[in-house]
Amino acid sequence: MKRSTLFAAQLIFTCLVCAFMLVPVLLSLLAGLTRNYFQGLSSGLTFDWLVQVWQAYSPTVWLSLQLAVACALCVCVIGVPAAYALVRMNNRFSRAFEELMVLPVAMPGLASALALLLTYGHLGGFRGSWLFILVGHVLFTLPFLVRPVMAVMQRQHLPTLEDAAASLGAGPLRRFFTVVVPNCRAGILAGVLMVVTLSLGEFNLTWMLHTPMTKTLPVGLADSYASARLEVASAYTLLFLLMIVPLLIALQALSARLSRGDQR
Amino acid sequence: MTATSIRLHNCRKAFADGTVAVDDLSLEIHAGETLAILGPSGCGKTTTLRLIAGLERPDAGQVLFAGRDVTPLPIERRDVGMVFQNYALFPNLNVADNIGYGLKVRKVPRAERERRCAELLELVGLQGYGHRAIHELSGGQRQRVALARAVAPRPRVLLLDEPLAALDAQLRERLRSELGQLLRELAITAVFVTHDQGEAMALGDRILVMERGRIAQLATPRALYQQPANAFVANFIGTLNAFAVLGRTANGVQVNGGELPWSASELPGTLYCRPEHLQVTTGPGQVRGRLLGQFFQGAQSRLLVDVGGAQPLSVDSSDDRLHAPGDLINLAVEPQRVFSLNA
Repeated sequence: MKRSTLFAAQLIFTCLVCAFMLVPVLLSLLAGLTRNYFQGLSSGLTFDWLVQVWQAYSPTVWLSLQLAVACALCVCVIGVPAAYALVRMNNRFSRAFEELMVLPVAMPGLASALALLLTYGHLGGFRGSWLFILVGHVLFTLPFLVRPVMAVMQRQHLPTLEDAAASLGAGPLRRFFTVVVPNCRAGILAGVLMVVTLSLGEFNLTWMLHTPMTKTLPVGLADSYASARLEVASAYTLLFLLMIVPLLIALQALSARLSRGDQR
Repeated sequence: MTATSIRLHNCRKAFADGTVAVDDLSLEIHAGETLAILGPSGCGKTTTLRLIAGLERPDAGQVLFAGRDVTPLPIERRDVGMVFQNYALFPNLNVADNIGYGLKVRKVPRAERERRCAELLELVGLQGYGHRAIHELSGGQRQRVALARAVAPRPRVLLLDEPLAALDAQLRERLRSELGQLLRELAITAVFVTHDQGEAMALGDRILVMERGRIAQLATPRALYQQPANAFVANFIGTLNAFAVLGRTANGVQVNGGELPWSASELPGTLYCRPEHLQVTTGPGQVRGRLLGQFFQGAQSRLLVDVGGAQPLSVDSSDDRLHAPGDLINLAVEPQRVFSLNA
């Protein structure tokens, strides 16, 4: 039948594309478990490389997680009120500001990092601490929270809900925390998911901003690619995926549950 | 609960685009009365309600509650209860927490809150619904929760913005009488906005008809219907037949299709009469015309009769007789049912 040939062709094409994208990842993961990559699988499988990576680079894993969590917190504290203000203002200025906020994403990370270094680099204590990297991450990830939160805020009938809360005696601050934030949690969570993901994988900015004492996971990865055996670098990738995939699945599930609860 | 009177004093509100929503409005709402604000869309009725609520500040003029100037106070400090057109229930809270929101804001202890909440659920006929989520409720149930939430903190004034507009016709009818009952029980000063004259007539102790930001008439439903101040009000409340006056006769005035009784010395350009006051008669009658159509409405029929004027006459007849289109219809009217209006 004609239709089934077309279907088969499409299936083959899809499988080929998937293979093209997945095989390198799988090979890299396999390399991290192979005793000697140049001899191939015949040399046998081992966890030695993983252990070695963990011994050498575990501080980078913790620092990355710490940064991601701190970054998500900061972005929430700054981003949710910012989104609220932008939605409420909704004028030329607020739209310009919204565009401006995306600038650090469009700009090469190296450039924003250089700007930070030029401005704050001489503040020794700050320059040497992980907070310096945090500032870069917050700058870079902010629009990824503000955008989805704004979208949710515009969908909800927030002004009327706020009027209702006000008519019941609630002042502005209480309205924000009991009406605005709870009704935007789906957007906030979607944003946090994105921010955590981006912060964990961020390399450009971080590479410029880090010091030997403040190495994140992606920076460590670059380090190991440059200096260590291929098997070590691959094991490092494996470690990264082991860490981030369950995290993303958990966050995704949580966000799906919350947004289901929001549906009317 | 002692009721609060409301006074608007020369209130004016214009919007950024220059439209004047409310123009020099002065109004006294008595303590405990239910006032219906009626008018076509864009007449300023919602803005008037929002001025009373404190959701809008007047550009000029004052709002007084029980004689006290509340103009500078925002809504959260005016102690009003408000029911919104789409109810604006908090989707993140269940029914009981919605109703208890205003009490929580006022730091009412939990036990007291729960007691009041149960009392209100009973009042609106939703016992046992406290733990339901808002999205599980029907439109009518949401409306009742919105009402319960608004009155829970025992506000001084209850404001309702098209409270029944979002419901379908049958439910609207039922909830209208329930709402009327409730307003009487609460004995609270209530102001509600509607574009539905039936609703205004049924619920309002008095009705404020608004036209382009101004008061067209403020009166009881009965007075509004029987003595409309002008053609706008008369047309807005019920249906009205207009007769262009063609000239004087011996004991009345000449109009299209016959003559109407009219004894006053001045001669207006137009005379009016309600559809239910035109009687179909087998005798000679005063006006005659040809039947254009007959619409069965249950207890009565609406007849459209062409007498040669700009608009056919509307006649309400409780008579079951079926007329054929084109039949000659004789109509009689009592002299006191014919009236004139200011433009």
